[in-house]
Amino acid sequence: MKWQIVLRRVGKVFDERTVLRDISATMTAPGAWIISGPNGSGKSTLLRIIAGLLTPTEGEVLYLYNGERLTARQQRQAVGVVAPDMALYRPLTALENLRFFARARGLSLRDSDLLEWLERVQLRSRAHDPVATFSTGMVQRLKVITALLHRPPLLLLDEPGSNLDEAGARFIYQTVKEHAEHGIVVIATNDTRELGYGEPLIQLGK
Amino acid sequence: MMNRTIQILTGIWIAGVTVAAFLWLPPAEGFRSPETARIVVFHVPCAILTFVAFLVNAVYSWKYLRSRDPLTDSQANAAAELGMLFAVLATVTGSLFAMEQWGSAWNWDPRETSIVMLMLVYAAYFVLRGAVEEKSKRARLSAAYALLAFPAMVFLIWILPRVVESLHPTNTLFSRSGLDTEYRITLWSFFAGLMAIFVWMFRLRLRVELAEARLRQQSQRVTQPESQLAGEIR
Amino acid sequence: MNRSSSWANEAVAVFAKDWLLELRTRVALGAVVLFAVTSVVASGFALAPPSGVPAEVKAALLWVVIFFAAVAGLSRVFVVEEETRTADALRLAVSPAGVFAGKLAFNTVLMWTLCAITVPLYLLLLEAPLRNVSLLVVVVALGSTALACATTAVGAIVAKATMRGALFGVLAFPVALPPLLVAIHATKAAWLSDSAWRVAAGDLQVLAGFMLVIVPASVLVFEHIWSE
Repeated sequence: MKWQIVLRRVGKVFDERTVLRDISATMTAPGAWIISGPNGSGKSTLLRIIAGLLTPTEGEVLYLYNGERLTARQQRQAVGVVAPDMALYRPLTALENLRFFARARGLSLRDSDLLEWLERVQLRSRAHDPVATFSTGMVQRLKVITALLHRPPLLLLDEPGSNLDEAGARFIYQTVKEHAEHGIVVIATNDTRELGYGEPLIQLGK
Repeated sequence: MMNRTIQILTGIWIAGVTVAAFLWLPPAEGFRSPETARIVVFHVPCAILTFVAFLVNAVYSWKYLRSRDPLTDSQANAAAELGMLFAVLATVTGSLFAMEQWGSAWNWDPRETSIVMLMLVYAAYFVLRGAVEEKSKRARLSAAYALLAFPAMVFLIWILPRVVESLHPTNTLFSRSGLDTEYRITLWSFFAGLMAIFVWMFRLRLRVELAEARLRQQSQRVTQPESQLAGEIR
Repeated sequence: MNRSSSWANEAVAVFAKDWLLELRTRVALGAVVLFAVTSVVASGFALAPPSGVPAEVKAALLWVVIFFAAVAGLSRVFVVEEETRTADALRLAVSPAGVFAGKLAFNTVLMWTLCAITVPLYLLLLEAPLRNVSLLVVVVALGSTALACATTAVGAIVAKATMRGALFGVLAFPVALPPLLVAIHATKAAWLSDSAWRVAAGDLQVLAGFMLVIVPASVLVFEHIWSE
């Protein structure tokens, strides 16, 4: 697989506060990598920059396929993100959420396909319930399949196991393992268990 | 920074023109209160400059969005501040003029209205800036707003005469073409001086902001040790 | 990676999603319609009997009501994404052009809905002249669309600046003023003028011209508002 994410001297300054400085790294598929560091060290900021949600003040992030840079549209299709502060539409049902994201991304998926996805995470029975009625674990599972719907080669997870029980944690582990067989997984975490899900890539803070 | 000589010359020039406006300039015939009509030579340059400031603000806003250079944002802000100042001056002098000549301080003349709308835009611009704390976000959002307000104001100035005239028949449309030579000389002399003052104040404002930024940076460096910032790389 | 997601398709998806959300929560519709109905009733009550009020005043008042009702709801479509923290997921899935087009379409339909309820009520309660109804419909449709075009990007700015839409009226007014004035002028023509269509034709052209300028300007700056 010829997917690569390259961080070239990435830095981020908020007003006069330097949160990240001179971060460089290369990730080549397949595999899983870990960004670690104490709370407030900038893990989430770095992940958001890698996801393309935040522009770095210095440096750049490159998405390469066969050595060639992706366009903005291709980049959107190549990345899936699961993060605690990234919510789904709570008044809408699980199926309606999936329908929207599938349609927005131009995926030709029918309801039956979407229901299959829900089946994979044991949410099939709740397909027509509003997300507002879901437990934290259920929301997390729905977020994961929303991020995987378009089969992105790059999966970014921010503290994926937080607030999850044993079953939830196992689900995350399974997901990471499967995805890392062909694509790139980047996990920002502090959790001792999750730290072992991949190779250490970047350690922020002291 | 503006040359000391130019500063002094500007001061003398403006003082000279102002005195001339009272001593040399003849009272304006054809107006109800010929003596006080002199205020027009102060009013018109202020009005012109507030529009110039608006254009300058739009240009720097555009530049900021392209380059994200914080200096251009400071420049846009400085232009807006000056624009607001001149808009207020223009409105007050215009209102005084109207009060003396036509007996009422406000007439919904298209030009008067344009200036007031411009003041509203400036006010909205400052309100927006006040609402955003983070500097780069503040710069980005206010630049975007300025670039929306600009075409809207252009449209407004274009359509106002056609709309206001039929809504409120007015006989107070003030045309400069009827001015005597002395008035024209004085007016444009004042304009030249005021333009120099504009540039002077603009640069002063920028210097203040840059000095503030430097002060802030220095105090940051004192409180944030370097070692906390770098990330280790594999 | 063969996806057929042109910005138009994206816009349709965003539009459909926003309306689905709106029909389920009814926040924007509620605010907008409630404000409009209250204002119209209050105006009718205060001005009773309405027969003595000149047509210019009625024309201006109609659009003032429409404008402020719009302010109550037009920023909602962006503010809700920030408040409920769904903006990031949206940004990851949809191009900025698609987001803007979808939200603009939403605001336009919201304005049409508002007018469909408000204008007949206004005509009734304030005894506005029932002349040139077809022209009036065109003026209202075009004018309200122009208002949506003028203020959608402003709504995006406000949503990013502060999560609450309190700023919106202040920022939206200068940008909405040109179409507002022209719409009032055309409405007055529809009610008073004998050759109403001829008089209003120029106004309709100005409204169209305004939209042709402000929408591209909005699209150009939107990327800078929406992306961080």
